[in-house]
Amino acid sequence: MSQLTVLSPGVMSTIQDVGRRGWRRAGVPWSGALDAALLALANALVGNALDAPAIECLDGGLKLGATDGPVMVSIAGDASIDRIDQGGAVSSMAPWRSHVLAPGEQLRLRDTGDRRVCMIGVAGLSLAPVLGSCATYARAHLGGFDGRALAAGDRLPAADAAGPIRLLPSPPTVSNTPIRVVPGPQSDHFTGAARERFVSQTWQVSPEADRMGLRLAGEALAHVDAAHREIVSDAVVPGAIQVPGNGLPIVLLADSQTAGGYPKIGTVISADLGRMGTLKPGTQVHFEWIGVDAAIEAARVAAAQRATLISGIRSVRDDSVVDLDALYGNNLLSGMVNALNPDTGDKSDA
Amino acid sequence: MRILDLGDTAFTVEFGDRIDPALQAQVNALDAALSAAAGAGHLPGLIEWVPTFRSLTVILDPVVADRTAIEALVRDCLSRHHDTQSTPVRQWRLPVIYGGESGPDLVSVAQAAGLTPDEVIARHTAQDYVVYMLGFLPGFPFMGDVPSALRLPRRAEPRVRVPAGSVAIANAMTAIYPWESPGGWHLLGRCPAPLFDPAREVPALLAAGDRVGFEAVSATDMADIEADLAAGRLDPQDWLVSS
Repeated sequence: MSQLTVLSPGVMSTIQDVGRRGWRRAGVPWSGALDAALLALANALVGNALDAPAIECLDGGLKLGATDGPVMVSIAGDASIDRIDQGGAVSSMAPWRSHVLAPGEQLRLRDTGDRRVCMIGVAGLSLAPVLGSCATYARAHLGGFDGRALAAGDRLPAADAAGPIRLLPSPPTVSNTPIRVVPGPQSDHFTGAARERFVSQTWQVSPEADRMGLRLAGEALAHVDAAHREIVSDAVVPGAIQVPGNGLPIVLLADSQTAGGYPKIGTVISADLGRMGTLKPGTQVHFEWIGVDAAIEAARVAAAQRATLISGIRSVRDDSVVDLDALYGNNLLSGMVNALNPDTGDKSDA
Repeated sequence: MRILDLGDTAFTVEFGDRIDPALQAQVNALDAALSAAAGAGHLPGLIEWVPTFRSLTVILDPVVADRTAIEALVRDCLSRHHDTQSTPVRQWRLPVIYGGESGPDLVSVAQAAGLTPDEVIARHTAQDYVVYMLGFLPGFPFMGDVPSALRLPRRAEPRVRVPAGSVAIANAMTAIYPWESPGGWHLLGRCPAPLFDPAREVPALLAAGDRVGFEAVSATDMADIEADLAAGRLDPQDWLVSS
């Protein structure tokens, strides 16, 4: 059996899957990947079940090496990745496809690109679920590898690499349209001006952003009065936007607690939550109100788009040779023209 | 009763905005009715539901679920009379070491309340508390109601790190922190009970509706209790007075 050894965990790398359902009544957060679409793509690229565990790398710095046998890995995210061979020679590894790391070869994630998250799929990554999930919830030592974030020296059991190298011909692009929010449950705790200001102003993701939630910096939102700054705690879900007394919103994410005592002005829709959760600190963000029926429709559209993306994944004939048919036939690089056959190039930028 | 949207994945059935045994009874009745309905099947896309002090939140998969049908089921559950069959109340007696390093806020709470530290301990241990809900952290019990003399708002400066086992109060609530975490409650002492263990069939030790009393123990007794727990000579269920 092969292993993937963590040589450096980077800033924060954890094992995540689709999360732990059914235990919120006992106070157990879901956890799971900050962006479920990246998880599904990373798994599809190595031939795993779409909900299998993968490595979520937050803010880069992760370094992994194959041990004992070849390991197939994939990269979902616009990351800059180095491959370091046994002799120390460095080359680059393309994202949005799988690769086989020979024993002694290493992968180094230099940068996660425009978003702060990159998912690394590992063929046959095998860990024991806790309460139905392999997702890491470090605060209560649940799931993942030993209930904690990855550390140097951890050895993750993986399958010996087998099966074809796969490539996602048209990687998803990150939209910068406003994040859509359904009003409530306590939107009546805010003045009309505050509800308007929430969607009219430019917010900035503050450095206080982790898997539990992220704080936004901007012009404070006014509660109706002092009595409306707190509520008797009720349930929250990832996406809920709490506004404490200081008027600055906190968007709850995958590791969100299960109940909270701050009024919630709205909830980020599930279709936009992956984008929200992977924003880098310092990024500017806008919001837009949307009705619940439109939000449900958006969830269905997003699910269909994800299915289309995954069905577009194709095998590459040889790991060392780029499959030109796949490359040019599917606009891997927007605006690229095949000089040998210009008519097949994408001219959409012209 | 109001149904409040919590995005496209959830809605909250809100019975009221305060902590009140009558609201709690309505929450429990809906919880029981939903369990019965879910047990019978017919609810595709229903993921889980979360009872709290005054509301119950239903969580669903928006791609699969028929939200209208699930809302209708909730209204149906509410309109029908459900026997809130009286399940026997479980009564716990949990040991606490008060003050010192284990309860760094005991003295300041006593000062704020105009009492001595011993009087604070006497009042905190003089009554039983009802577990209203679990939430915030795995196994974290929100328990009430703290005697009025001890009710204080949360600390102005929340601690970055509250040790696991801390017994704390804020406003009308008392709790035990199952895990180290940030926290703004006032720390009176420490309880060794393992409140959440995923290896147990029922991972959370306490459940909504349980009654919990605290018993002050000495440092020597606490050391014995912790040694017995670690060695497996003491089972947390031994703290169950009646069930």
